[in-house]
Amino acid sequence: MELKGTQILIETLKREGVDLLFGYPGGVIIDLYDDLLKNPEMRHILVRHEQGAVHAADGYARASGKVGVCLVTSGPGATNTVTGLATAYCDSIPLVVLTGQVPTNLIGNDAFQEVDIVGITRPCTKHNYLVKNIKDLALTLRQAFYIARSGRPGPVLVDLPKDVLVGKTEFVWPEEVYLRSYNPTYKPNLNQLRKTVEEVDRAKRPLFLIGGGVILSNAATELTALAEKLQIPVTYSLMGMGGFPSTSDLSLGMVGMHGTYAANLAINNCDLLICVGARFDDRVTGKLSAFAPNARVVHIDIDPTSIRKNVKVDVPVVGDCRLALSALLEICDSRFAERDWTGAHGEWLETVKDWKVSKPLTYQQEPNGPIKPQRVVESLRKLTRGEAIIVTDVGQHQMWTAQFYSFTKPRTLLTSGGLGTMGYGLPASIGAQFAYPDKLVIAIVGDGSIQMNIQELITAVSNKLPVKIVILNNRYLGMVRQWQELFYNRVYASTNMEAQPDFVKLAEAYGAEGYRIEDEGKLDSTLEQALSSPSPAVIDVRVEREENVYPMVPAGAALDEMLLV
Amino acid sequence: MDMQRHVLSVLVENEPGVLSRVAGLFSGRGFNIDSLNVAPALESGVSHMTITTYGDSNIIEQIMKQLHKIVTVIKVVEFADIPAVEREMMLVKVQAEGSMRGEILRTVDIFRCKVVDVSASEMIIEATGNHEKLEAIVDLLQRFGIKELSRTGSLAMRRSKKGD
Repeated sequence: MELKGTQILIETLKREGVDLLFGYPGGVIIDLYDDLLKNPEMRHILVRHEQGAVHAADGYARASGKVGVCLVTSGPGATNTVTGLATAYCDSIPLVVLTGQVPTNLIGNDAFQEVDIVGITRPCTKHNYLVKNIKDLALTLRQAFYIARSGRPGPVLVDLPKDVLVGKTEFVWPEEVYLRSYNPTYKPNLNQLRKTVEEVDRAKRPLFLIGGGVILSNAATELTALAEKLQIPVTYSLMGMGGFPSTSDLSLGMVGMHGTYAANLAINNCDLLICVGARFDDRVTGKLSAFAPNARVVHIDIDPTSIRKNVKVDVPVVGDCRLALSALLEICDSRFAERDWTGAHGEWLETVKDWKVSKPLTYQQEPNGPIKPQRVVESLRKLTRGEAIIVTDVGQHQMWTAQFYSFTKPRTLLTSGGLGTMGYGLPASIGAQFAYPDKLVIAIVGDGSIQMNIQELITAVSNKLPVKIVILNNRYLGMVRQWQELFYNRVYASTNMEAQPDFVKLAEAYGAEGYRIEDEGKLDSTLEQALSSPSPAVIDVRVEREENVYPMVPAGAALDEMLLV
Repeated sequence: MDMQRHVLSVLVENEPGVLSRVAGLFSGRGFNIDSLNVAPALESGVSHMTITTYGDSNIIEQIMKQLHKIVTVIKVVEFADIPAVEREMMLVKVQAEGSMRGEILRTVDIFRCKVVDVSASEMIIEATGNHEKLEAIVDLLQRFGIKELSRTGSLAMRRSKKGD
């Protein structure tokens, strides 16, 4: 049967299991929007800025594990997706971004709203396509979904010229997708796994470092089982949070620049570091030459480029984290059938526990004094019993959230880890709420970052999404101010944000509820009221202006050179 | 570790933009490209790139992994430990007047080059060989005065195993 390009696209999306798109229309994709209306089962969420569409699709993907899809027009519509694509690329989030393009006969002519988006996004997508022939449309879209969700996931962009969308051709559903040049390794090499087990057997002070790969491969159960069985303590990168319950005795908390004392000291004192699905970002390692100086390193990752990129690895294991961990469990079960691991690393666990107890994450809240931002996060944790999906922007509030919310389940912290994108939080929380309409979704944001995509409030309001936006408002770009205080002689260049809108009135203007909390005594009750409301709400919490995030490893310093208070 | 010259042979799907993906990888990650040669491979729809680059063993390992990660890259081979034939071609326009002509021709002869164009005052010499040989020819011709130089960059092919 002959179908129009737009119909082929919609049919392909349906067969890929897509029922939700985030997007913004424009000249060259009017036809697609016209046909979308005839397919009410395909929901389209109209955002107010294309960047919001990509972050929303990203939040949806992180929360649900499915591929997030967005749809934008050519030119500026397409360029506005770049930050969202780069955000998703850095954190390996599966997205398919569909961009309109001028008709093929105009490409290269500097036509109205023409831009070479495939050229622009080559370095910030996993792969991208320009569909020049309608006959390639269905297969290209299938490949895009396949590439986005397989291997190390990532965003794929498909550029769709207008004539491809309005042309007609026979629709042939490609049953199989096979790319001879793209074959991710899922199954880890058995010998490497056996070597890993021997390393564990020899180690006196083993340590797990887990990252986003554990979340992406749904390996939290296997990781937890293995760590508990072998009695190995666990630390995690920001992206790995929720991959292991932070409430466990074996949990050391987050590692790195704002990691815990225990986690950072454990890295420097362990004799075996088993890294699972993390890529040794500079915010995690600090000074590389002083990172884990006493450790043999096992690195499990599906992306071979992550291995030996920054840190010397003794046992590389290329493969899917979940498959690797469950295989390790099996090997350990047979290899050490008789062994009781209780107390196997008793001395090490004691040492680690001493570090945890002697220097825990802490802050001082004066009764009736200025509200400490950490106190707000703790209050949210108590009120939600740690059950909410938490989304953040980037900055101090992000680190306090990581430190004090105490994540226990995967896919409950959605945050821009690699790229550090301010303005991610609100649109991503909208995506997460679509993935889980019945769960409480809270965006914890800063007063600086919320202003970067605040237009999406109307998207939340118009779709009746009860997302809660908690602003830790210190009227500074707090993280930069902290660096200025510590390393730039307290010269607060361009970080003072005292000029800011009235967030309560702004929320109300958008049709959301607005709350302001200035008094520590009213913090819990007001938060509770806002959280239980069925409406979207903005909660402007005025916090201590010059509170710092500690511990802090200065950029370029070793992990044990922490500033503690 | 020392920065060594490496020759990489890369088979890619011949789709629009593939050269840009490879070149962008090198520029974006700060790897060096010394020369890059692209042409259709034996199989239709496939192109063969020969890239010469400099780096220590860690950098070369990263380059190879990163190349392989590009969705449209089919195969990456590095020739350091594999017996291979390496060839490069160049055209050199040298100043060739009066008494110099004889000496240039002798040099051409020794290196088994060809003179492919002659005028009253210049010659264009075509030379083929591995990287080192071409460097040596350039060195020798330098003193006559090289007016223009155009090189292809290296091509490489694995040698057949003995007894094949």
